[in-house]
Amino acid sequence: MSEKIVIKNLSFFYGKKQALKNVVFAVKAKEITALIGPSGCGKTTFLRCLNRMHDLYPGNRYEGEILLDGKNILDKGLDLIGLRSKVGMVFQKPTPFPMTVFENIAFGLKLNGITNRGEMIGRVEKALKDSALWDETKDRLFEPALSLSGGQQQRLCIARAVAVEPEVILMDEPCSALDPVATAKIEDLMMELKKNYTVIIVTHNMQQAARVSGTAGFFMLGEVIEFDSTHKIFTAPANKLTEDYVTGRFG
Amino acid sequence: MTREAYHKSLKDLQNEVLHLSEMAGAALKDSMGALKNRDLPLSKRIVEDDVKVNKKRFEIEEKCVMLIATQQPMAGDLRILASIINIVSDLERIGDHAEGIAKISLSIGTEPLVKPLIDLPAMAEKALSMLERCMQAFTHKDAGAAKKICNEDDEVDALYDRIYGELIMLMVENPRIIKDATYLIWAAHNIERIADRVTNIAERVVYTVTGKMEEMNVSKY
Repeated sequence: MSEKIVIKNLSFFYGKKQALKNVVFAVKAKEITALIGPSGCGKTTFLRCLNRMHDLYPGNRYEGEILLDGKNILDKGLDLIGLRSKVGMVFQKPTPFPMTVFENIAFGLKLNGITNRGEMIGRVEKALKDSALWDETKDRLFEPALSLSGGQQQRLCIARAVAVEPEVILMDEPCSALDPVATAKIEDLMMELKKNYTVIIVTHNMQQAARVSGTAGFFMLGEVIEFDSTHKIFTAPANKLTEDYVTGRFG
Repeated sequence: MTREAYHKSLKDLQNEVLHLSEMAGAALKDSMGALKNRDLPLSKRIVEDDVKVNKKRFEIEEKCVMLIATQQPMAGDLRILASIINIVSDLERIGDHAEGIAKISLSIGTEPLVKPLIDLPAMAEKALSMLERCMQAFTHKDAGAAKKICNEDDEVDALYDRIYGELIMLMVENPRIIKDATYLIWAAHNIERIADRVTNIAERVVYTVTGKMEEMNVSKY
């Protein structure tokens, strides 16, 4: 399987505070990679490096390289809008815009220059189908997105991310606000998404990481302690710290 | 240290496995003593007590299932629980083999044995020693010691071959003892199977420590 993203000695600083230290690993294409680790270990910070979300705030600084298909996305002159359409993100809590279901998805498409109504309708339908939400929303497309259930709202956010046809989808604890049934639907959806996209998920739910991912990385204090196949990480990790974390001996 | 209650439950469970191995080991030792000394009441008690071994095995297995369901164990904890489920099954079967020897004693009844027991007790001692050391390896998570124990199964197989050959010879010489000599072959076979069970347990100890499932020694029988 080819490498979609290669991280080379990535360090990240919130002002003077270093949050990531020399992160090195490679993310395989069309696979789910799970990032685990205790709160404050740098998982989300790392995830946000991958679509340069940190650039929204002043004083943040990157060192090293993140190669997306061989191109360093930390280059100064990089088109950030272009990057973020290639690398979509789904957040912890569902964040639908206060608009209709249809407009939520159309919004991103418009930003990406799609104005043709026919194309727009087709892309919205495809995104909802790809996100396993079409059957539940096809008769409610013009109702407020906020009237959907929490799980449906999160799938709508995934639909919004996939509508612009990204290559990578970042998920930051996408199920932490959802009940087990909605969580199971998102997990099923992830398995479908990985056929076409590279997915990176941050999760505190060990079982979820073990269930959905093919590769997993354990972060602690801004460093990657172990990065290996999920099977290895959860059944026989090489590093004592990983073992202690996944077995709940510290957290 | 977090999840203290969970880790205490895991530790307690390992102690219960040791207790079960002591029950199975004691049953083997007693069944051999009863066979040698023609102690029929003791043989009877061993048969009756086998239900306690079975009960203990199910108790431990149920606790494993509960811990898996409620604690979602991972890594080393998951391996140890998966191993325990297998180990208690082998220990319970060792208890069954000891019960088998006790039943053979009862079948022979008050008849004198067809030959003095020499190799059979040696074989049982060897199997018992393998079991005890295997459980020490389990306690100390010593994969190296467990691997060595697997190799010792060949010694038990060799003793079984010898006993089998001798008893066949005796039967050829004196067909009137065929029935009682066959009983002794069955007893030897029970011990041979006990050593195989110990080898299985040793393989689980290696898996618990290394995460690798491997066949250590394929028994001749």
